[in-house]
Amino acid sequence: MIIVGEKINTSRRSIAEAVEKRDAEFIGKMARDQAQAGAHYLDVNAGTFLDQEVDCLCWLVETVQNEVGLPLCLDSPNPKALSEALKRHKGVAMINSISLEEDRFQSLLPVITSQPCHVVALCMAQKSMPTTVEERVEVGSELIKKLTDEGITLEKIYVDLLVQPVSVGTGMGIATLGAINKIMNDFPGVNTICGLSNISFGLPERRLINRNFLALCISYGLSAAILDPTDKQLMATLLAVEMLLGRDEYCGNFIDAYQNGRIAGG
Amino acid sequence: MSDFKALSEAVIKGDIKTAIAETQSALDAGSNVRDILDKGLVTAMDEMGERFSKGLIFVPQMLRSAKTVKECMKLLEPLFQEGDVISKGKVLIGTVKGDLHDIGKNLVSMMMEGAGFTVTDLGVDVPPEKFVHKSQEIEPDIVAMSALLSTTMPAMPLTIEALQKAGIRDKVKVMIGGAPVTERYAQEIKADSYASDAGSAVSKAKKLLGIRG
Repeated sequence: MIIVGEKINTSRRSIAEAVEKRDAEFIGKMARDQAQAGAHYLDVNAGTFLDQEVDCLCWLVETVQNEVGLPLCLDSPNPKALSEALKRHKGVAMINSISLEEDRFQSLLPVITSQPCHVVALCMAQKSMPTTVEERVEVGSELIKKLTDEGITLEKIYVDLLVQPVSVGTGMGIATLGAINKIMNDFPGVNTICGLSNISFGLPERRLINRNFLALCISYGLSAAILDPTDKQLMATLLAVEMLLGRDEYCGNFIDAYQNGRIAGG
Repeated sequence: MSDFKALSEAVIKGDIKTAIAETQSALDAGSNVRDILDKGLVTAMDEMGERFSKGLIFVPQMLRSAKTVKECMKLLEPLFQEGDVISKGKVLIGTVKGDLHDIGKNLVSMMMEGAGFTVTDLGVDVPPEKFVHKSQEIEPDIVAMSALLSTTMPAMPLTIEALQKAGIRDKVKVMIGGAPVTERYAQEIKADSYASDAGSAVSKAKKLLGIRG
């Protein structure tokens, strides 16, 4: 399971303030904490800075990679911000994200083909958001086809099948799960990824819902997740499920996380 | 005179069957249609909005109540006379250009309708021109815009500018909302109001139009 740490995002007030003040110590700690908690990539997003996004994202890339050796997940729809950030990035980055929206696809294509990178393919169609399993699979399949036609290998593609709140439609959870399953079966080698928190919008006990949804996603084949790796209960769920699905030799990862205080029971 | 308490309670619980039965029996007892609407249905939705803003109830409960009101309205609507002013005001709503997110916007629409506003929903990815044209056509009291992405928020001031250029900015109140949107942003772009959730959208809308309660 590939874990992308979600915490360095300027839509969170404390991060926005730190970026504003160029507080490298604060951002550095946020990066270190997530790396120590088991993240494989760290997401960096400076979208709320709008016209200063390019500068802010570049500063984040340098600041975070000064602190930890991890590759980053460059989170922006802005080709300029992404290409400038890529110039400063060490290692193979993940680009988050391209979609089937025509402008976005065309403007980001040169960026993701200019150098080796992983790419999140968001299942957003040109004019609407898919709601059913079939719509998600249709958009996801088309994205995979267009990206592989451009020479990007399946292993480098992370299909984001969109998570919508189960509070507004009780079929929303199963729609994402079914699509994960179908895409993973139809395109062996491709990755699927999702954020979790949308699922619980409008409901109480959101963290509990999120971690149960993560368990279901993993059992339906999800191979990567954007989440808060410092949430010890969430990580406990992730590691326990991987173990229960027979993916943790001698239960080593689970036990190791326990012995190092990285997980907590419910 | 009946106080429509049982009807309100049924709406709050989202009990469609009981609510329809209560509406029908109020009609059979000769109650005023307007009273059933205001004192039975709208009161209940106001209560729901308030509870939602306080975090006491959750989205599915709100949806259930809104659906209940809609079903009861089917009994009431044919009974309104031509020319009856039953609307609290006209709201034109949409998700701004470049943004395809509709969940929050739909919740606001539903709560506004439940509270007695007439809502025209332009859907998602609505360009400024479309807000302007529709405003010229239906002359809404409020233009409400939603954006879920920080990257699409700038379409809000562009829309306000377009309303200005068309000479109708002072004829409407502009409300904005959505996850990345803040009160401060509303002030910056000179919107008239900001609402943080569907419940407070209703109370803010009433405030804008000087409606009590």
